[in-house]
Amino acid sequence: MAKRLPARRLDGIDHNPWVEFGKLASEADVVNLGQGFPDFPPPDFAVEAFQHAVSRDFMLNQYTKAFGYPPLTKILASFFGKFLGQVIDPLKNVLVTVGAYGALFTAFQALVDVGDEVIIIEPFFDCYEPMTLMAGGRPVFVSLKPCPTQDGELDSSSNWQLDPTELASKFTSRTKALILNTPNNPLGKVFSRAELELVASLCQQHDVVCITDEVYQWLVYDGYQHISIAAILFGLGTSLPGMWERTLTVGSAGKTFSVTGWKVGWVLGPDSLLKHLRTVHQNSVYHCPTQGQAAVAQCFEQEQMLFGQPSSYFAQLPQAIQHNRDHMIRSLQSVGLRPVIPQGSYFLITDISDFKSKMPDLPGAADEPYDRRFVKWMIKNKGLVAIPVSVFYSVPHRKLFDHYIRFCFMKDESTLQAMDQKLQMWKDELRP
Amino acid sequence: MFLALGRLCTRGSRAKFLKTIYASKILGLSTSAKMSSKLKNAKRIEGLDKNVWIEFTKLAADPSVVNLGQGLPDISPPNYVKEELSKVAAIDSLNQYTRGFGHPSLVKALSCLYEKFYQNRINPDKEILVTVGAYGSLFNAIQGLIDEGDEVIVIVPFYDCYEPMVRMAGATPVFIPLRAKPVDGKKWSSSDWTLDPEELASKFNSKTKAIILNTPHNPLGKVFTNSELQVIADLCIKYDTLCISDEVYEWLVYTGNKHLKIATFPGMWERTVTIGSAGKTFSVTGWKEALAQAFWIDIKRMDDPECYFNSLPKELEVKRDRMVRLLESVGLTPIVPDGGYFIIADVSLLDADFSDMKDSSEPYDYKFVKWMTKNKKLSAIPVSAFCNAETKSQFEKFVRFCFIKKDSTLDAAEAIIKAWKRQAS
Repeated sequence: MAKRLPARRLDGIDHNPWVEFGKLASEADVVNLGQGFPDFPPPDFAVEAFQHAVSRDFMLNQYTKAFGYPPLTKILASFFGKFLGQVIDPLKNVLVTVGAYGALFTAFQALVDVGDEVIIIEPFFDCYEPMTLMAGGRPVFVSLKPCPTQDGELDSSSNWQLDPTELASKFTSRTKALILNTPNNPLGKVFSRAELELVASLCQQHDVVCITDEVYQWLVYDGYQHISIAAILFGLGTSLPGMWERTLTVGSAGKTFSVTGWKVGWVLGPDSLLKHLRTVHQNSVYHCPTQGQAAVAQCFEQEQMLFGQPSSYFAQLPQAIQHNRDHMIRSLQSVGLRPVIPQGSYFLITDISDFKSKMPDLPGAADEPYDRRFVKWMIKNKGLVAIPVSVFYSVPHRKLFDHYIRFCFMKDESTLQAMDQKLQMWKDELRP
Repeated sequence: MFLALGRLCTRGSRAKFLKTIYASKILGLSTSAKMSSKLKNAKRIEGLDKNVWIEFTKLAADPSVVNLGQGLPDISPPNYVKEELSKVAAIDSLNQYTRGFGHPSLVKALSCLYEKFYQNRINPDKEILVTVGAYGSLFNAIQGLIDEGDEVIVIVPFYDCYEPMVRMAGATPVFIPLRAKPVDGKKWSSSDWTLDPEELASKFNSKTKAIILNTPHNPLGKVFTNSELQVIADLCIKYDTLCISDEVYEWLVYTGNKHLKIATFPGMWERTVTIGSAGKTFSVTGWKEALAQAFWIDIKRMDDPECYFNSLPKELEVKRDRMVRLLESVGLTPIVPDGGYFIIADVSLLDADFSDMKDSSEPYDYKFVKWMTKNKKLSAIPVSAFCNAETKSQFEKFVRFCFIKKDSTLDAAEAIIKAWKRQAS
């Protein structure tokens, strides 16, 4: 065709790092600690729930309600109502989407207009930028920066903070939304109440929508607490409305129940905002698959009964994964990588500055950031796959943050042992 | 009002900063008045919030209503299809992410299946995209290829989502109606509805980015013929236009008709996006997902009458013919569909009384369906829902019935229709 084919909204967004690194990871004999998905089975109750959904009521093979399978929206409303301090109406305040990715896409399309500014906190899950651009919006970046650590001490994600003045300076009259991710991917930062209050007060002051991506909300370690910004109220005794009125809270069954392939996600929020997401939803996918939703509903019904008890998956999973995290932290240090201890999520980042100074000239394109070149070298020579953290930064800032790589520890024990073997070989090669 | 506090690394300083922000607010920078101004929708969805399905499925949700409205099979999908999903649920790795553009075994099955119809090979990695239902395909195709200011030709009646999807992409839908030319002595059929080639040609210009084709057609059931598709193909090539071809009902074609794929016409492969649906193929509309194994079972036996691609249309043709007789028996004039699982009928001869209905500005068929749902406990969908504002009046005497329903549902519909007939005589 001679005519210009792709629509202009796709300009500059066709490249995807996952496709590139996914290909590299499919080489033989590598240990894949790159993409964030569990390589161990989901909990039995989840598999059973899906099997029920496909073998019982045959009408579950057909369309369900467009905005969410009723038992699912009902349980999400009652379960999350408690955490957000709200009475959540399953019909007005819940929208089921195709994964959290679908929730994010729907939110951006519904609310971001051409010329609107969207504040994105770096490092950011990579899709936020192209989604902003596809909606014609202008991303405005503000970085989390690490405070200096004591010698010999490991850095922690809690140490990475926003400069309040810098953050405030990013808000303008064109700011339509701010996207928050807590626990954060790739850093693993769990935003504290004070940090959330800072963000909240600025959103309130500038009349900005907060889109909060909380997919890792159950994966929180060391006794930290996940807090939903939508639950924040302003000041005691004032009549200021709380954050609920201007917040869209995104969740994921995939990350909650270790079933990323089911692609069931949701958004919780006020009707005044959700009605616009419903308009996009009914004109894009309209329905989400029924059986996955039925299975997720059953999983939540189970967890609601067990909530707070030691046998609850939401208690057991973070405990088990914290062990994985600690194992990985110890192992990575043995080769001179310096991990940043994450407070939450599936991931940790490691500082590779020592490698950057010892082997600065790794093969790669002229302006390719160091961390990308390091990852490719590591995959080829050490058989370990990670993701370069510059992927999670805006292009102008990549040079400042090109000395970190991200590892996923949401992996089976056997994968971590395979990692140890690779690291042992690496360590042996380092000895003079 | 902001103090220049520099980089803060302690909680204490931040708390002090927060107090400062609060103070400035309390001094009267009230934001609640501003709340209505920014927390609103993006322009791309302006006017797209209404949806006929939301409205009519609510009406039909009354369990005492026989629902022949939404295109939802209430028959069970074939057992082997259900079994495959069951088996798949037990495989651990299949609970996690797969390849972004489509599960490898599914795209392979699809390429094997469809290569039987195309002269060229189909590259499963580059020429197939798996989406969330055919709805998802349409959305992706339109978002990916249609720009603001483009024109997109839409044939009326049209599956209702085409118009809002085109508008959401900032483009202008250009409508052209199918026109009826019933042949004397012959039962009215969907093939009697055609596009006027000159009228169609007049809709194409240099701004036309695409035409959306739907064959077999919803709601009419029309199966576009070779010569009809050739007219469209010729225009697409002449004006360098894309063709988005919605072929979800491709297997549901009745005796005497053949589904043809416009992408197989010379010069069309490189300008056509062909959309299919597992939901419609295997009667599993709620899946919107990969069905590799089910496809393989049927690919291997395509000449076998047991193959679902052959057995389902046979089963449905019987139901279609039953519906035609039923509708005729009560004075409705149905248009016999050549494909798909819907049948439309002219309801004006029934002369229903709507005097007690509130909104008199609604089209005739909307009023009729609401009246019929309430008084006869039978639901359907008004065909003017598939029309743009200007053409609604051409189609407002028509109502759409879905017949992919189990026998007991059709029995219930028959009982209602017979009672209706008795009342009328």
